[in-house]
Amino acid sequence: MCLGIPGQIVSVKDPIRHLAVVDVSGIQRDVNVACIVSDDRPIEKCIGDWVLVHVGFAMSRIDEDEAAETLKILEKLGEVEEELEAMRTTGT
Amino acid sequence: MKYVDEFRDPEMAKTLLKQIEALTLEIPKASKRPLQIMEVCGGHTHSIFKFGIETMLPDCIELVHGPGCPVCVLPMGRVDDCIAIAETPNMIFTTFGDAMRVPGSKKSLLQAKAEGCDIRMVYSPLDALELAKNNPDKEVSFFGLGFETTMPSTALTVLQAEADSVENFSLFCNHITIIPTIKAILDSPDLKLDGFLGPGHVSMVIGNSPYNFIANHYKRPLVVAGFEPLDVLQSIWMVLKQIKEGRHEIENQYNRIVPDDGNNIALQSIGKVFELREFFEWRGLGSIDHSGVKIRDEYAKFDSEKKFDLPSLKIADPKSCQCGEVLKGVIKPWECKVFGELCTPETPLGSLMVSSEGACAAYYQYGGALMEAKKAEAEKTAS
Ligand code: SF4
Repeated sequence: MCLGIPGQIVSVKDPIRHLAVVDVSGIQRDVNVACIVSDDRPIEKCIGDWVLVHVGFAMSRIDEDEAAETLKILEKLGEVEEELEAMRTTGT
Repeated sequence: MKYVDEFRDPEMAKTLLKQIEALTLEIPKASKRPLQIMEVCGGHTHSIFKFGIETMLPDCIELVHGPGCPVCVLPMGRVDDCIAIAETPNMIFTTFGDAMRVPGSKKSLLQAKAEGCDIRMVYSPLDALELAKNNPDKEVSFFGLGFETTMPSTALTVLQAEADSVENFSLFCNHITIIPTIKAILDSPDLKLDGFLGPGHVSMVIGNSPYNFIANHYKRPLVVAGFEPLDVLQSIWMVLKQIKEGRHEIENQYNRIVPDDGNNIALQSIGKVFELREFFEWRGLGSIDHSGVKIRDEYAKFDSEKKFDLPSLKIADPKSCQCGEVLKGVIKPWECKVFGELCTPETPLGSLMVSSEGACAAYYQYGGALMEAKKAEAEKTAS
């Protein structure tokens, strides 16, 4: 109920009721997208967007840049580790 | 799966664990007693056990599993109310599956269903609204549960019911709010917590600024965290880094989902349909002021509490239950006297044993090895 699951908007179902079809790992279902549409991003423009779906509602658009940024930070932490490892093994 | 697999890389997890261990060596107080970090959200509790994160962490870090599982903090009187609604003639009572096995004072919803009540599990409140439309000669009530994460979904469903002039749909509102709850925990006298993992999906709705008092007033770090293993580990690392540097700030690890100012449309729908209750009763924690919401008078015709006759009794938990102490982090689940014997996921006495987001059920399901190790350790120090 609280965890949510990522899915991709594939088509518009009922623009008045803010319903879109979202593909979640191959399963398609109607999802209410009222919380992620706006005047400058109407429902038709959301096709292709990745969203986090909770109990039949898209609650957040997944920010691809931020996702990449977080992964980059993680990678950097990994690099520091590699350097430290190199320092330890070479002893210099 | 996109945006899931990337955050499950086992090699990266190993690296992060090493970094975490290195950081703890630089925090002097960690050598005297374990650093206590509370994950407020049941979703984190679930991930922590599912991926065995607690067993991987160094001994000087103790995760305290907080009260953020809405199913687990549901008082028995509220379950009895659900059953009273479900027993109303001509009723289809609808609920998320998680709530089916929560014990009431006499029975659970699952037992009531077996006895003949028309109780149906739905995935979304919108499914309940659809049922109402398809069964115009019946009443349909939906059991609304959860923190701010699920509040917009029921608020929008009520608004949709009004737009579609559906007369036979109502909501039994049991939504709770996170901030007064964290405050109640921070005010508890036996508090030893050193920092928090903030609830990622609640924050995607309310944003990050409501937590500022934790940093400013209580001087504790909080990192809003995602739910995959690397999210959790990175967030723990960020909390430790703050502790090491003597900082206490609100940080956001879960940027890809949580915008700093939350979701305005979701907040507006909540504000339109719901208002704060003066207090709400929690299982194990007692009554917390302003910790729940109810449906505003304008939408009274969609309010199951007003539509049907409810007993609304306050029912004390069984004496042997120690759910409250577990919720506050005073004891570990396996230290409860009835854990695993009288209280199991099949026959739960306390609600922490019901949902997979509850600390007791999580320990029962995934925590075997950890529990045995800790028990042995406790026995060794006792003898
Ligand atoms: S074992 Fe059962 S009664 Fe004890 S704290 Fe856990 S859920 Fe509550």
